[in-house]
Amino acid sequence: MEKAKVKVDHTNPVISIRGLEKSFEDYAVLRGIDLDLYQGENLVVLGRSGTGKSVLIKIISGLLRPDKGEITVLGKNIAHITDRELQELRIRIGFSFQNSALYDSMTVRKNLEFPLVRNRKGITRKEIDTNVETVLDAVGLSQTINQMPSELSGGQRKRIGIARTLILNPEIMLYDEPTAGLDPITCIEINDLINEVQQRFNTSSIIITHDLTCAKQTGDRIAMLLEGQFQRTGTFDEVFDTNDSRVKPFFDYNFIK
Amino acid sequence: MDTAENTTVAIRKKNSKLKQSVLDFFVSLYNINQFILRFFKEAFVPPFELKEVMRQCYEVGVRSFTLISVTGFIVGLIFTKQSRPSLSQFGAESWLPSLVSIAIMRALAPLVTALIASGKVGSSIGAELGSMRVTEQIDAMEVSGTKPFKYLVCTRVLATTITIPILATYTGFVGLVGGYLNVSMNEGTSWTAFMEQVFEPLAFTDFVASLVKSIVFGFTIGIVGCYQGYNSNKGTEGVGKAANGAVVTAMFLVFIEEIIIVQMTGWFR
Ligand SMILES: Nc1ncnc2c1ncn2[C@@H]1O[C@H](COP(=O)(O)OP(=O)(O)OP(=O)(O)O)[C@@H](O)[C@H]1O
Ligand SMILES: [Mg+2]
Repeated sequence: MEKAKVKVDHTNPVISIRGLEKSFEDYAVLRGIDLDLYQGENLVVLGRSGTGKSVLIKIISGLLRPDKGEITVLGKNIAHITDRELQELRIRIGFSFQNSALYDSMTVRKNLEFPLVRNRKGITRKEIDTNVETVLDAVGLSQTINQMPSELSGGQRKRIGIARTLILNPEIMLYDEPTAGLDPITCIEINDLINEVQQRFNTSSIIITHDLTCAKQTGDRIAMLLEGQFQRTGTFDEVFDTNDSRVKPFFDYNFIK
Repeated sequence: MDTAENTTVAIRKKNSKLKQSVLDFFVSLYNINQFILRFFKEAFVPPFELKEVMRQCYEVGVRSFTLISVTGFIVGLIFTKQSRPSLSQFGAESWLPSLVSIAIMRALAPLVTALIASGKVGSSIGAELGSMRVTEQIDAMEVSGTKPFKYLVCTRVLATTITIPILATYTGFVGLVGGYLNVSMNEGTSWTAFMEQVFEPLAFTDFVASLVKSIVFGFTIGIVGCYQGYNSNKGTEGVGKAANGAVVTAMFLVFIEEIIIVQMTGWFR
């Protein structure tokens, strides 16, 4: 499905990163990241395995601490906020994990209820049920409501993972390799879902992927992580209009040249 | 961001390999300390996850019930059987119930329960939380604004702290039944007469000491299992290590605590 035009507000960055650095032991993973994510935008982050894409979004959501740099998320500098503020901020950010990270001791229904019950005080049983049904319907998996995560396929797990983050109506979505390891048809479904989420819930998203079809279908803008920095950013065609040996293989491999 | 691992790594960077292992030891002591403090900080502020605590209590009970029943009974039976010859040398078989009661109620019941629970409950808490850490389920709770420490750690530690004393009482009872079986087969003592002799040598201090002991054991098993699992390293190997570490550390600590508490009760007697 071709992507419908969306309106991106380029004056209003919801995430703004300046000079971000992060090392593990002696290995410098991120070496000076500058990045803006604008309101309403789908930003695709590309990069080889191990370049620190997952680390980047874990820093944005406060799971890892940066060594250096300014990170402002929804107007809050995450280096200087209290635990309480961080918790409130996290509710406004949806994080879809690389391996789905469903709670495997709970049914799909309980998985979806978990963040809702704990973050919305005084919510009624009826409201919970309506919310669960709405997000399950949005990802097209209403029939799995009573199943355990172990009974779901990889693609279904990904979609339940996305549904679980949608249930809190996040303003920002962070997708970590949403299409990795899925068949082409499921990939297309996930891509459509990402676009639908963007339009329906008016979210701004960072999408991490190796999959250029996903990048092309969902991304309003592409940023390529090379040697710990975003060295190429722009539209899909701009980023790949190059003979750079670090960039070209991505394109060639994905579109069989 | 608040895992013990991060602190360890940060401190380790600045030092040579020589000092590392000594340092690691103190770092882990510090980390465990922080972990325990955090438990007290979070466990007693609302909202209480009462339903989850109840569920965990049930889990702890169910996991160790069969093994505890069998072991408790056999320990009581064997202990009585083995003590009999020594006492009968002095013609003192009539002291057997008192001896059994002191041994079981003061020492064996809490200890046997704690050791079995370390193996059954400690390891499964370690493995459960370890695999949740490895598969990023704990991170997922963290980023959705729910409090994983409270939901996962506090509930489990409370559950073991509540349930182990109950189980220890039960172990004591089953052990006495085992002892009674031997006594009644040999002397034909009635249950009521046996029980009278059982309670005679026991002072109030003994009950309090046993209760305190099993509360401490329960807390230890819960904290150690949770600490190992919650801070386990990435990778499936980390899950095994967490489960194993939970059992070994908990058993070790249980013995140490046993010695300390026995010493301390001595002062009150
Ligand atoms: N908690 C951690 N402790 C130590 N090193 C880490 C940690 N998390 C990530 N790393 C290291 O940081 C580097 C980047 O990891 P990251 O998971 O961000 O890669 P990625 O770009 O997401 O790769 P992939 O596409 O394979 O998912 C890797 O070399 C990894 O070993
Ligand atoms: Mg990754």
